Amino acid sequence: MAVARMLPELIRSLFQRPATIRYPLERVPAPKGLRGKPVCDYSLCTGCRMCSRDCPAAAIEMRDTGERTPRPVFHYDRCAFCGQCADTCPKKAISLTSDYELSAFSKDDLVSLERRHGESAAG
Amino acid sequence: MSDMEIPVGPQHPALKEPESFRFELEGEIVKSVDIRLGYVHRGIERACQDRTWIQAVYLIERICGICSHSHTTCFCQAVEDIAGLEVPRRARYIRSLIGEMERIHSHLLWLGLAGHEVGFDTLFMYAWRDREVILDALEAISGNRVNYGMNTIGGVRRDLSDRDVEELRSAIRILEERAGYYTDIALEESTFRGRLEGVGKITKQQAIDLGTVGPTARAAGVNVDLRRDDPYAAYGEIPFNVVTAEDGDLLAAAQVRLGEIRESIRIMKYILDNLPDGPIAVKAPRRIPPGEACSRYEAPRGEDIHYVRSSGGDKPDRVKVRAPTLANLNAVAESMKGVRVADIPIIIAGIDPCFSCTDRLVRLQDRTSGRVEVLRWQDLSRRYRR
Repeated sequence: MAVARMLPELIRSLFQRPATIRYPLERVPAPKGLRGKPVCDYSLCTGCRMCSRDCPAAAIEMRDTGERTPRPVFHYDRCAFCGQCADTCPKKAISLTSDYELSAFSKDDLVSLERRHGESAAG
Repeated sequence: MSDMEIPVGPQHPALKEPESFRFELEGEIVKSVDIRLGYVHRGIERACQDRTWIQAVYLIERICGICSHSHTTCFCQAVEDIAGLEVPRRARYIRSLIGEMERIHSHLLWLGLAGHEVGFDTLFMYAWRDREVILDALEAISGNRVNYGMNTIGGVRRDLSDRDVEELRSAIRILEERAGYYTDIALEESTFRGRLEGVGKITKQQAIDLGTVGPTARAAGVNVDLRRDDPYAAYGEIPFNVVTAEDGDLLAAAQVRLGEIRESIRIMKYILDNLPDGPIAVKAPRRIPPGEACSRYEAPRGEDIHYVRSSGGDKPDRVKVRAPTLANLNAVAESMKGVRVADIPIIIAGIDPCFSCTDRLVRLQDRTSGRVEVLRWQDLSRRYRR
């Protein structure tokens, strides 16, 4: 039985960088495949409502956007980021971006806006 | 010397979950303990009945933040059993892989908490720092640190790419070295040993009689492990050892958990070397045929049991969950007898409890008359709203 068995480790740690990251100042890139903010490409969407039906958090509202069928609108305050909508979508119109910084001052800001094919996924 | 009763909890006894323990003391020695459950009953089983089968998987995942994969695997196995779905071999291997990664992160979490409860915060910091390695690997594979969302009815949702396998191998190299180091510490560091040795002891016979499961049972010498005794997922094809100890105290529990981390690393290596090719899921029907099934899973804390019944609809008829902590709480009550007050936190933390997963019902009982009432939600809020 040894006293201070961890001493070498402690001394080594004195000369190492802290394990924590000073987050807003320093950032680690989001891992590939992170389940972040879901977005829908309205040009592929057929308005079949399957995503809205399968969503476990009831976060997808089908809204009339002036097209022939309603389009999904995501409520990110309710979203559980499980990605079932992307799995369910028969047209692969929904995808999960790596955007995870979603804080907002109002719930009204946490509703997805229309996005066309080819537009940037972030923001 | 007069007897004294002290309440520990319901706000955060030892860890950040509500549960009430009332200790009867004689001086500084605990004579008996009364455990009250139900402070964090969330009604998940009932809520499952209002959700479709696929939605229920995500709700089941949120029973536990630590063993989320255990609960979904257990639930999906039961549903697949009812529906007669044959899960592809590759999917079963990926389920086992994620299950072992989950076991490693759960046991490292326990090691850190145990260190914290005995006042060894250095171990807490180091164990949790190294836990980030496995959490980052889980995030890279599944897309999230906890609530991995890997399981679906009929298989898994995400495949492993060659790059994932390579990244996982380098994570394993780090973990293997650290797991060996922590095993040495648990065996040799005198401050850690001094607080754990002989504390919270149960005998092998008590462990069997009280129905303990998982590492708590194995630490007392009961050689049970569902992965070997009732193989599910890919465990029937994977060679591994069941880690047991003899003493039944908390040092033995630490040794068992550390040994299991090393075994989990071996299992992960085997899976990565022998990952079969093929599909990762079969298509599941939206309506599950009528039937019932019981499924068992060796979660990091012990045996997890799910009972699922279907009446042929698109929603479950009944879901019943028995989380491992419920089975181990009796052992806590027994091993508390005769210990000092200062050892209470570490003994509660010793079974790696998960109170939120355990709570299944709230019973309103008048303490003086003993009368039990069944109240509807409206009655409850009318009577107790302030």
